[in-house]
Amino acid sequence: MSGLGAVPAWAYATCTILGMAVVTVLSRGCFLWPKREVRMPAALQRALQVAPLAAIVAVLAPEIFMAHGEIVGTWRDARLAAALAATLWYAWRPGVLGTLLAGLAVYLPLRLGLGW
Amino acid sequence: MRLLTFLRDPFVRRGARDMMVFGPAMAAWAIVTGVSMSQSGLGTSLSLLMSLIVFAGTAQLASLPLIAAGAPMWVVWASALCLNLRFAIFSSQWRVHLGHLPRGRRVALGYLLADLNLVAFQKAWPGGTYQPGQARYIAGGAISCWLLWQSGSIAGIVLSSSVPLAWGLGFAGTLSMLGIAYSMLTDRTSWVAAAVSASAAVAAFSLPLKLNILVAIAAAVSASLLMARARRAAGALRADAP
Repeated sequence: MSGLGAVPAWAYATCTILGMAVVTVLSRGCFLWPKREVRMPAALQRALQVAPLAAIVAVLAPEIFMAHGEIVGTWRDARLAAALAATLWYAWRPGVLGTLLAGLAVYLPLRLGLGW
Repeated sequence: MRLLTFLRDPFVRRGARDMMVFGPAMAAWAIVTGVSMSQSGLGTSLSLLMSLIVFAGTAQLASLPLIAAGAPMWVVWASALCLNLRFAIFSSQWRVHLGHLPRGRRVALGYLLADLNLVAFQKAWPGGTYQPGQARYIAGGAISCWLLWQSGSIAGIVLSSSVPLAWGLGFAGTLSMLGIAYSMLTDRTSWVAAAVSASAAVAAFSLPLKLNILVAIAAAVSASLLMARARRAAGALRADAP
């Protein structure tokens, strides 16, 4: 977390969170707000279809493949091993919870035991 | 008294019961989100605030690395908006069933409706047309879902606040985002969009203000639109062929 000049970090984070709540209200309410029913244009709907996946992958990829602003140069990284285990689990049994547990089962021993 | 009538309503009860089919999965997901928030360095009180008012698990998880890296708030908002765009599409579907309510109530109830609410609703009321009792069914599911999610999330925040950050438990959030991303890979367009987004986010990582996230989203959306156009052009060519 970082502050902007005189603004303390906690105040900046609080504003960020309040804004995110506004985003939730707007996105879930936008077609419920107007008095009359508004249809969403098909072209817009198509364009929006991949946006959520794109956003999640954009946050995810650097979290797994990068460290200190560079692509991870070693295989001895708990995150890579955990992501691999999670991927294999998902290929075997699709589901979010199993994928998470498989990843953690590899991540925690490597990180806490071997210090990767 | 009005609360009692509401709780006794058969539609409300059915809505709540149908939602609880997803109870265990939802509780686990809420706990992970709580743990990730408190382990990302947000601290207990800000994590509680985020849990109580943002109420959008995926957007919360995705915002954590951005907030931790000191991204400006508008970048955090823009990526939360992209993740929540699916709710805009859902809200045009909810409109059919909630359109008869007064505006304030429509929007307040809509605020509580996420992915699983729509899944449960469409299973219980196939056909996509308005029928009496639907609003009460939706409210019953939404309120029980909110209560379960907040209990799980708050439990995660409180329980993990004593775990040292060095354990790196925040990575649990990344792993569940990985599972969610895999579940969204349904066709060729989504695979291409994911590959483009991942490469762009890593390649543009050195951009300031975490702008690599927005660059990656723009690249993936453009790629998917280009693919749709190419498909249409190919279809037209085939139709023209003798």
